[in-house]
Amino acid sequence: MALETAQPGLWARVQRASVERLHIRLESLLVLVLLSTAMALLSPFFLSLSNFLNILLATSTIGVLAIAATFVIGSGGLDLSLGSVMGLAGVAGAYVAVNLGWPSVFAVIACVLAGAIAGYINGQLVTRAFVPAFIVTLGMLGLARGLALVISQGRAIYGLPPEIVYIGQGRPLGIPMPVIIFVLTAIVAHTVLAYTRFGRHTLALGDSEGAARAAGIRVEQHRRIIYTLSGALAGLAGLLFTARVNAGDPTAGINYELTAITAAIIGGTNLFGGRASILGTMIGALIMGVLQNGLTLLAVQSYYQQMAIGAVLILAVFIDQYQVRKESRV
Amino acid sequence: MTLLSLHNIRKSFGAVDVLHGVDLSVAAGEVVGLVGDNGAGKSTLMKTITGIYQADTGSIEFDGKDILALDPGQRRRLGIEMIYQDLSLAKQQDVASNIFLGREPTKRLLGLFPGFVDKAEMDRQASRMIERLGAHLPSINRSVGSFSGGQQQTVAIARALTFNPKLVIMDEPTAALAVREVQSVLDLIRRLKSEGIAVILISHRLNDVLSVTDRIVVLRHGRADADLVTARTNMNEVVSRIVGGGDTAAAAAHEQRG
Repeated sequence: MALETAQPGLWARVQRASVERLHIRLESLLVLVLLSTAMALLSPFFLSLSNFLNILLATSTIGVLAIAATFVIGSGGLDLSLGSVMGLAGVAGAYVAVNLGWPSVFAVIACVLAGAIAGYINGQLVTRAFVPAFIVTLGMLGLARGLALVISQGRAIYGLPPEIVYIGQGRPLGIPMPVIIFVLTAIVAHTVLAYTRFGRHTLALGDSEGAARAAGIRVEQHRRIIYTLSGALAGLAGLLFTARVNAGDPTAGINYELTAITAAIIGGTNLFGGRASILGTMIGALIMGVLQNGLTLLAVQSYYQQMAIGAVLILAVFIDQYQVRKESRV
Repeated sequence: MTLLSLHNIRKSFGAVDVLHGVDLSVAAGEVVGLVGDNGAGKSTLMKTITGIYQADTGSIEFDGKDILALDPGQRRRLGIEMIYQDLSLAKQQDVASNIFLGREPTKRLLGLFPGFVDKAEMDRQASRMIERLGAHLPSINRSVGSFSGGQQQTVAIARALTFNPKLVIMDEPTAALAVREVQSVLDLIRRLKSEGIAVILISHRLNDVLSVTDRIVVLRHGRADADLVTARTNMNEVVSRIVGGGDTAAAAAHEQRG
């Protein structure tokens, strides 16, 4: 049954090795390097340590959301409510700290818990009510945003305690706190997705629900955990954002799901599930960060940046689908 | 030694009687072909063996035990394994991931944190199982979807073997394969037989059934209409038993060509 085809070329072999061993797509790394080189040539301010930390800082919120998107999309689901849930979580945390005056630790818990509850509701509706994930999370996008506006009465909540602000603005050893939290989260997420049974079952589930079910994986329960996890991560992103801007802003995170999903897809996550890697998503998030930072340094209006992100999303899915079709033809 | 014995199995869905008292027996290490026209009740019969359906009346004994009341999971633990036509593979995952899906061996990370998948051990065991089947795959680390139909079949069979089955039921394993691939799947069935594993082969491809089985059971109108010893029968007889008389010469000639 040995049906060896012709030896693939060097590039194809390196590509395959990087996917198999490092769980990343070489193309996305190449795009990141090219993009950074272009930005460095175009702007004298791009290549500096402070700007590098700026990019990481700006990427941290989106990056945490992108990790959530990677898990959900990898499992064959979709979470469009990431940005709204992030906004709701930030407001919930600020409300607990400022309006209720509770200790900061409760504010931190409130952020993550608010996100987890929203995600749990998503998961329940998807697995028990059989409403498609697209509709459930689109509905949650509206629900969470509305609730954030109701809780805050449409105004940002100011006056956060210093411990919270430190989470967003502190710089131990010169490294911004959000960057530290983001990197730690990414390391844990990568370990879970690539090396644990939970992670492997997540991808198998996104690959073929029938195969996962036949293998004895409790499919519905697994999906509920994934959506709850996604919400909790959106809550963490809300905490980072709120702490950084020192306000519980009910309009925080609008359109962030667009950037987060784009980062995950650029990183090699299959839009239809079954293939995903956190390392890839990190590269994707950095590409989005460099793109936004570079366009800002080049004084491009933010309206155009929005257009660029949308275009990149469509382009990334196009390239991915093109490759899938090319591979299946071999 | 009789491994599986069905007696007077009846099954109806509402007003529709599908099985009208089927008798069937399979010996250990025997390859039995199950043939019959569409709607003859092949799938229903197999699902009453694996336990997905409960028979209305009749008895099923497996390995000397009455298994009529057992659920699919319990029957699988006793050694009944079924490979469906769609194979239930996760196409973007590699060979070992598919073989061990849901039962991944784990180890402690740095000797401390439990619950980490032992991928090296998985790959090692997966390679051994593929070798045991006498098959070759291009690479054990490639996604299963990039393999040919016969190679995917190999992975599905290797997965079935991890449960140490005594009986493997295969639903149309050669239906969608290229000619060369068919031979290798038939070889796999012979390999299972040589290891003492019984196989029930459901197939429309009578040439395959005639070449690999010990016996052929013809299901017709919900009954085991004929029980033929493969070495003493031929295409003509099998076809005439399937269609039940009439002008069978033309149909048999057609099958022979196919």
